[in-house]
Amino acid sequence: MSDTSFTGRLRSFADSDLFYSFRRSKTTIIAAAALVLLFVTAVFAPQIAPHNPFDIAGLNLLDSELPPSWMEGGNPAYWLGTDTQARDVVSSIFYGLRISLFVGFASVLLAAVLGVFLGLVGGFVSGFVDAIIMRVADVLLSFPAILVALLINGVMRGILPANQHEGAAIVVLVLAIGLTNWVQYARTVRGSTLVERQREYVQAARTIGVGRLRIMLTHILPNVLGPVLVIATINLGMAVLTEATLSFLGVGMPPTQPSLGTLIRVGNEYLFSGIWWVVIFPSATLAVLVLAVNLIGDWLRDALNPKLR
Amino acid sequence: MALLEVENLKVEFPTRKGVLTAVDNVSFSVEQGEILGVVGESGAGKSMTGAAVIGLLEPPGRIGGGQIRLDGKRIDNLSPDEMRKVRGRHIGAIFQDPLTSLNPLFTVGKQLIETIRTHLPMPAAEARKRAIEWLAEVGIPAPDRRIDQYPHQFSGGMRQRVVIALALCAEPRLIIADEPTTALDVSVQAQIIALLKRVCRERNAAAILVTHDMGVIAETADRVAVMYAGRLAEIGPVARVLQKPSHPYTAGLMGSIPRIGPRPDRLVQIEGSMPRLTDIPKGCAFNPRCPKAIAECHHLRPELRPVADGAAACLLYEGVTQ
Amino acid sequence: MNAAPARMKVVDDRPLLSVKGLKKHFAMSKPLLNRLIEGGETQTVKAVDGLDLEIPRGQTLSLVGESGCGKSTVARLIMGLSTPSAGSILFDGADISQAPAGQPAAVRRRMQMIFQDPYASLNPRWRVRDIIAEPLRTYGLCASREEERREVDRLLEFVGLNSRDGDKFPHEFSGGQRQRISIARAISTKPEFLVCDEPTSALDVSVQAQILNLMRDMQRELGLTYLFISHDLAVVNFMSDWIGVMYLGRLVEVSPAAQLFNSPQHPYTRLLLDTIPDLGMSKRDCVPASGEVPNPINPPSGCHFHPRCALANDRCRRETPNLRAHDNGVRVSCHAVEEGRGDLPAVASAGNDHAAQAVI
Ligand SMILES: Nc1ncnc2c1ncn2[C@@H]1O[C@H](COP(=O)(O)OP(=O)(O)OP(=O)(O)O)[C@@H](O)[C@H]1O
Ligand SMILES: Nc1ncnc2c1ncn2[C@@H]1O[C@H](COP(=O)(O)OP(=O)(O)O)[C@@H](O)[C@H]1O
Ligand code: SF4
Ligand code: SF4
Ligand SMILES: [Mg+2]
Ligand SMILES: [Mg+2]
Repeated sequence: MSDTSFTGRLRSFADSDLFYSFRRSKTTIIAAAALVLLFVTAVFAPQIAPHNPFDIAGLNLLDSELPPSWMEGGNPAYWLGTDTQARDVVSSIFYGLRISLFVGFASVLLAAVLGVFLGLVGGFVSGFVDAIIMRVADVLLSFPAILVALLINGVMRGILPANQHEGAAIVVLVLAIGLTNWVQYARTVRGSTLVERQREYVQAARTIGVGRLRIMLTHILPNVLGPVLVIATINLGMAVLTEATLSFLGVGMPPTQPSLGTLIRVGNEYLFSGIWWVVIFPSATLAVLVLAVNLIGDWLRDALNPKLR
Repeated sequence: MALLEVENLKVEFPTRKGVLTAVDNVSFSVEQGEILGVVGESGAGKSMTGAAVIGLLEPPGRIGGGQIRLDGKRIDNLSPDEMRKVRGRHIGAIFQDPLTSLNPLFTVGKQLIETIRTHLPMPAAEARKRAIEWLAEVGIPAPDRRIDQYPHQFSGGMRQRVVIALALCAEPRLIIADEPTTALDVSVQAQIIALLKRVCRERNAAAILVTHDMGVIAETADRVAVMYAGRLAEIGPVARVLQKPSHPYTAGLMGSIPRIGPRPDRLVQIEGSMPRLTDIPKGCAFNPRCPKAIAECHHLRPELRPVADGAAACLLYEGVTQ
Repeated sequence: MNAAPARMKVVDDRPLLSVKGLKKHFAMSKPLLNRLIEGGETQTVKAVDGLDLEIPRGQTLSLVGESGCGKSTVARLIMGLSTPSAGSILFDGADISQAPAGQPAAVRRRMQMIFQDPYASLNPRWRVRDIIAEPLRTYGLCASREEERREVDRLLEFVGLNSRDGDKFPHEFSGGQRQRISIARAISTKPEFLVCDEPTSALDVSVQAQILNLMRDMQRELGLTYLFISHDLAVVNFMSDWIGVMYLGRLVEVSPAAQLFNSPQHPYTRLLLDTIPDLGMSKRDCVPASGEVPNPINPPSGCHFHPRCALANDRCRRETPNLRAHDNGVRVSCHAVEEGRGDLPAVASAGNDHAAQAVI
């Protein structure tokens, strides 16, 4: 009954309990649809954005501060209006989404890889190495995540020469957020590793004479990854928000390469001059993105929960 | 009239792949003071039958048909509240894991006293006296001291004794014991079985003893019901069923049990394993494994019919061919 | 153990496995902080406390005993899954007591283990084919993928499965079928010695019969030597040439199987035989043995069994008995048997039930 071909796997997924519980949850379907839409928009932003907001030559200052097209004085070419630099808000959001999602995914990946590695090693090796990893984790956990991210961010900016800050901003952000969030993965994976390594299939591998590293990678790792997927999903929302917060505080993405957070910060300065659309629409996009990711994370957690080993 | 009558009981689990029938058309009765053993492989539906009788089926499990009568009165359609009164007062329950049946937060005495007073109105002091008597009855040393201890201060066998006291203290007339000794050591198992037997006899209480251990049944039960894939394969007096089984499954089961004594070269072996509920074969559920199967077994479902001094569900006894 | 039971043909009369003075003590201290605050010293559990046994080639020695008496610990020590606190383990003359599992490869390849829980002993994420091939790959026993494939198919069919089953995952199999997969994995390196820790305890009787038959067939065909562990005396009777009865980390009796059942010597052995539920329908109003297995953290002094033993005297409470050889290859560790007063009823009856229990 196990069909190894792709269509076979697809069929068995369509038949699985996971897919069944997905189909039964309307909220999750809507959230997934929203997420796919946002994702596609971000990936294909250069192709589908009506304007290129960063092409200085294409900007016409006469078109600055236009309200959304359905309002009085709006221009149908700029559906959600323009900002003070005459940049199209829709296009800015598309490009901002791209950066926000990139930072989110990259930092989640970094945190997950680091956390899974440290958790696996800590749980499997125990003793001194484990104690060190877990104490560092405890220290990190005792500060608010945003503070740690700010700190790492600050340290890295301090190391880099000032003229490289803009170029390296995205890397610095990914590192700052990634290095902040690995703790949760490490703790979960360490816990499951402690359980798994006592199980008889691991003992069996040991009696066969399989080496420790191999046991860790081929036996234990695949069996502790289930919860990691759930944490990663929930963490993606967190990471996007952290990036937005850092950018909002002015230590994230520069205005020349704005993420959603940067757009909100820049727009926020003009909120009281009445051009609300430059801040409301990026904010709404961010809210929808984070909400959708969290809803999917919640569903995934519940759907996988009884089977979490 | 029998104390408990179960007629065409069906227990179902609705799942997204259709309704699974965990207990299918099971009928039996238990007389006053009688011990009925229920045996079968794991998944045969023994526990579900017991749970249906005491009204403790976990949702989504449900009774999908049939009747359960205690003293001639139906109890399968009672409301949860009414059923709670029947449970304890008229039917006592003992489960496999003594830890789950005892509340770790209360002393053993508190749990006993509460159960006694719920079902038999009496002053607290008298209930406490009763509780101590019950602990002594089930063989707990120094009961007047032990009564104020918590379950974790008791060993596994002692806990199971307390659970038995708890099941019996409201003096029910029927006890349902689901694998009461499976979690215990062999030497303790014998003590618990002997205790159960003695207490039932002294109080003239009937019992349904669910187990997969034929030895326990042989020593304890008066009659035995053999279940297979949710159905009753055979029911009858213990001695006869174990020594001269009518149903091919019972015969195979008996042969496959290793015994003390001269060592055979091989054990009798029933090929294959019990089907999952999702793919129970047509006709007789046992037909793919049955050494005596005939053509009809693949499409005719045998009914439980009187055979010898009991009953068996096998086409060989229906005169289809011989 | 030179009086080999008649039913065996002995080829090489040096034992394949020989264990001497094997001990495993676990430190059971509370966490450091609690110890500092609450005082209290470090406690040890003597899970295995001085075990001597030998298993002749091609034969089966079974260990029986109640939960927690140290059977699995012995299995784990022999397989190198944990390191003994003392004692030696000689496999075909080579001392492996300090070597970790899998090492030295040349010796460990010749011994494999079958575990109790058919659900936990197979990696749920691996295909059956890979599970069975793991030892082959680890020891580089197959020159090519093609050869490995043929070998796995052969093993699957040998244990009564279908070679098509190789592409499935463990969860698609029943408990008995999984145990067959475990067996196929264990015999893939062509070992001479198998440690089987309660291989059928989790199975139904009809499936247990299949697995036990398979194991006996394998022994005949492949000339295997077994260390078999069980708490079920009837199963042990079917499987064994020799039986060792354990109580709280010590062997109390080691005898040829037939001897043990016909004339059990040690009071605990007699208790065990008396308490197994009897299929013979005796409906005896059993006078079950009193008491339970005591806490191994603080076992009774002298002979661990004395609180439950009707033959116990002062010497038993003071002095630990040693295994002594008697006729017919029987070895017993009991003062009463040694003093020749072992024939009295040995088990405290229900009458002094309470007295005996109060000790626990
Ligand atoms: N890692 C450990 N740390 C502390 N104590 C242990 C450890 N492993 C085993 N023990 C103790 O050693 C004793 C023997 O355990 P073991 O698992 O060998 O028993 P067993 O005879 O196999 O029992 P069962 O029939 O339940 O499998 C028990 O008291 C157990 O609690
Ligand atoms: N919640 C459930 N959903 C679906 N099937 C169930 C559920 N609970 C039990 N079953 C099935 O009911 C059948 C009978 O179970 P049970 O009475 O517990 O067997 P046993 O004879 O071992 O006591 C089994 O096949 C089991 O898988
Ligand atoms: S009905 Fe047929 S298959 Fe079923 S037990 Fe009887 S002979 Fe066997
Ligand atoms: S007679 Fe003494 S040594 Fe022998 S089992 Fe009894 S207590 Fe132990
Ligand atoms: Mg059950
Ligand atoms: Mg064990």
